[in-house]
This record gives sequence, C-alpha cells and structure tokens, in this order.
Amino acid sequence: MGEAGAETTISAAPDGRAAETVGVPLVPQREALRIEGLARFYGEREALAGVSLSLKEGQTLVVFGPNGAGKTTLLRVLATLLRPHSGSVRIFEHSLPEDAWRVRGRIGLLGHEPLLYRELTARENLRFHARLHGVQEPRVRELLGAVGLDGRADEPLRTLSRGMVQRVAVARAVLHDPWLLLLDEPRANLDPAAIELVDPLIGAASRRTRAISSHDPGGGLAVADVVLGLRDGRPMLLRAAADVDPGEIAELYR
Amino acid sequence: MKPAGTPAVLGALLRKELLVELRTLQSVPGMSLFAVSTFVVFHFALNRTSVSGDPAAGVLWVTLLFAAMLGVNRLFVADAEQGGFDGFLLAPVSRTALLVAKALTLLAYLLVLELIAVPAFGLLLLGSPLGQALPDLLGVLVLADIGIAVIGTFVAALAVQTRARDLLGPLLALPLLVPIVIGAARATEPLLYASHPGHPAGRWLLLLGLYDLVFGLIAYAVFDFLLED
Repeated sequence: MGEAGAETTISAAPDGRAAETVGVPLVPQREALRIEGLARFYGEREALAGVSLSLKEGQTLVVFGPNGAGKTTLLRVLATLLRPHSGSVRIFEHSLPEDAWRVRGRIGLLGHEPLLYRELTARENLRFHARLHGVQEPRVRELLGAVGLDGRADEPLRTLSRGMVQRVAVARAVLHDPWLLLLDEPRANLDPAAIELVDPLIGAASRRTRAISSHDPGGGLAVADVVLGLRDGRPMLLRAAADVDPGEIAELYR
Repeated sequence: MKPAGTPAVLGALLRKELLVELRTLQSVPGMSLFAVSTFVVFHFALNRTSVSGDPAAGVLWVTLLFAAMLGVNRLFVADAEQGGFDGFLLAPVSRTALLVAKALTLLAYLLVLELIAVPAFGLLLLGSPLGQALPDLLGVLVLADIGIAVIGTFVAALAVQTRARDLLGPLLALPLLVPIVIGAARATEPLLYASHPGHPAGRWLLLLGLYDLVFGLIAYAVFDFLLED
C-alpha cells in the first residue's frame, strides 16, 4: 500500500463505456488525460510533485487524500486555472498551459465555490455563463428543469439554500456539454434526493470523462476506473480501481 | 459548439455588471455620497462664499478622483469573492473582453457620479451656474474619465488578487492618475471663472487624450498576464 512511486504511470483497463460518451466526437479509447511528473508550488510550498497518470476517454479518475493533499490543486491545474510548474499535462492531446485556450470550452469544473453571483438569480447566472460559452437559451431552461429548480429559478442565489446553489453550480458546470468534468467533492451540500437529481448530469450515467476528488472510499471506488491517492502533494497510490482495497484508501488518512 | 464572439461576451459581462450594481448599489451611491459630502466639507472649510479658477478646479478634480477610488476598489470584488474570475477564465473567450467591460462599467459609474457631483459642486462652491462652460466641461470630464476608467481597471485587477487590495488599489492608482488630475484641472480652470469663463487649452486636452491612449494600449497588452495564475 502506498508504494506507488512518484513517476508511476498506469492506464486503467478499458471498461467499454467510452464508446457512447455524451457530446464527444468519439475516437474509441482516445487518451483524455496524460500527466507526467506534474509539480506545482505555492511560494516555497510543494502542493503537488511527481504526479503521473493517464486516463482514457469516458473513464473516471477518483483522487483521494486528506485535506491539503493537493486534490484541489490538481483539479485546478487540469481546469487551466493554475499553471503546472514542471512536468507535462495533456488534455485531449492539447498541452497545458500552451494550448489552454483550446481545451477551456471542453472542461467543466465543479469546485468548492459555485462560481456564481449571489445577487443574480439562477437563471441569470446560467444565462451569463451560457453567453460566455456560446450556449443557447433552451439549454439553460433544460438544465434548470434537470436540477429541479424551475420554480426557484428567478430568485437571487443569496436566498437559496447551499444545496440549491450547488445544484445551480452543477448546471453551470455541464452547461456547455464538456468532455472532461472536474468535480471537487461534488456531493457536498447535496441531500440524497438532490444527488439522484444531478447524477444523470455529473454521475457515471453522464458517460463523460471525469476527475473527481472524494473523501468517501466506498462511494469513490464504486465509480472509479483509476484511483489516485495523494498525501502532501505526492502520489501514494495509483492503480486501476478494481485492484484497490478500501483499506488502502483509509491508510492515506492516517 | 461555436465559441461566443467578443460582442456577445462584452454584452454578457456588461449586463451582469449592471444587474449586480443595481441589486447591491455598492459603488455609485457610495461614490456620489462621498463627492457631495466632500463638497459640503469644502464649502465650510474654505470659509468663502465661492471659489473660482485654480482652486475650484483643484477641489473638483481631487474630489472626483477620490470618489473614483471607491469605485475602483469595488470593481472586481464580486468577481474575486464569488468566483466570477474563475468562471470567466474557464470560458473560451478573449480576456480583453473583461478589461473592456470593466473599463466601460467604471466609465459609466464615473459619468453617473458626475451627473450628481458637478451640479452639487456648482451649487455649493461655485456660487454661479456652470451654464455656458458646460459643453467644454463635458469634454474634459469624458477625456479624464476614460483615463481614470482604464487605469482604475488595470490597477483594480492587479490589487484584487492581493490581501491588501483596499490599500494597494489607491496606492498604485493615485501616482498613475496624477497626470490626469493635472491635465483635467488645468483644462477645467478657465471654465470656472464666474465672470468670464474661457475655453480649455488644447495642450491639456491633448495630454489627456495621449495619456488615455498610452494607458489603453498598456492595459490591452498586459491584462491577459494579470489574469493568469
């Protein structure tokens, strides 16, 4: 356990799901993500070091690790919001940060912050992001319905509960039908009914390539194709999900 | 999916700015109230029935400048605090659209501020209506406002990424805005003689125009890098 070396690279076994990924012009088992020796610093502090992995289109990467392990940093690098300080990152065969502009419209990020304006309504927020992504109005209406917010769509976000805001954030993340979904603890603030509601959009049923950070070994392993365990920014575990024991994940948190 | 064109992005950004300001009233009312309060304080502190010429132009432009600083400091706060920066950066659109939208927003704030502040200035400190000087004054105000809006946006984008943004914004902006204040005050001075208002000297208008152009180009060239990590 935890023996995965800093430069370990694997490709999880194909699971056959990729062939029907929603909205993605498919090349069967095309490489969605390749990271080699990725490092990222905040000042002197090493937030990520020696992270290497690859992920095929349609697969799900689940990243485990205690607070401060580097999960969010990894997702923000993949979202093109942070530059890699060393190593290489390729998303759908485009290198970051050079080709970041090519992949931005193909990435959906659901982070700790909803990336929405509190004074605007759910509809106004989604319309704003729709215009930035060149998405038409019917998609906004469709997603408001999909996350169960048609009835509250015209109320300012500051008047909605955190769970409702998270549902709007889910709608924002998938508004432009992204190829790669980056989900940072996506179930935070959601009750079981809301989880069921958003599952077709961001869950396995969405059939998108996903990178998810999670603290839930059981739930995370159930949806993962590839598991990455981080501690202090370093990869301690990197393996196909089928070969990972939940105890190994628990070990990351000790 | 076809990426959004720059006019559509600009429209979306401006609409968002307008909605947020209308719902929060965080910038324009504060700027206007500050300016009017300052003129009231000057009215009593100067202990004169009216001012004209040099001192009047100085009072007007220093007050407008500090009122503008309130708007500059608030310009990116909602974006920084509510993740709007990240939301924008995730979209496949030109970063320059944000510079233009924010500069236009600040320009609009300044024009509304002046709609309130300039009549108040006339009433409290000039002792005579601006009347025939108004068209010339409007030209000077617009030229100076463009410079304040561009430099203010540039500095606000820089400062908002830091913890000391409320301090850093004015500290960076004020030295850069001194030439604008000098040019605007000198150009305004002849307009503020109650008995025989003149016209602004061309060289000061030229200075304002050139300064606007130079800082517009600098902001355009480096704004992308300011938004990058």
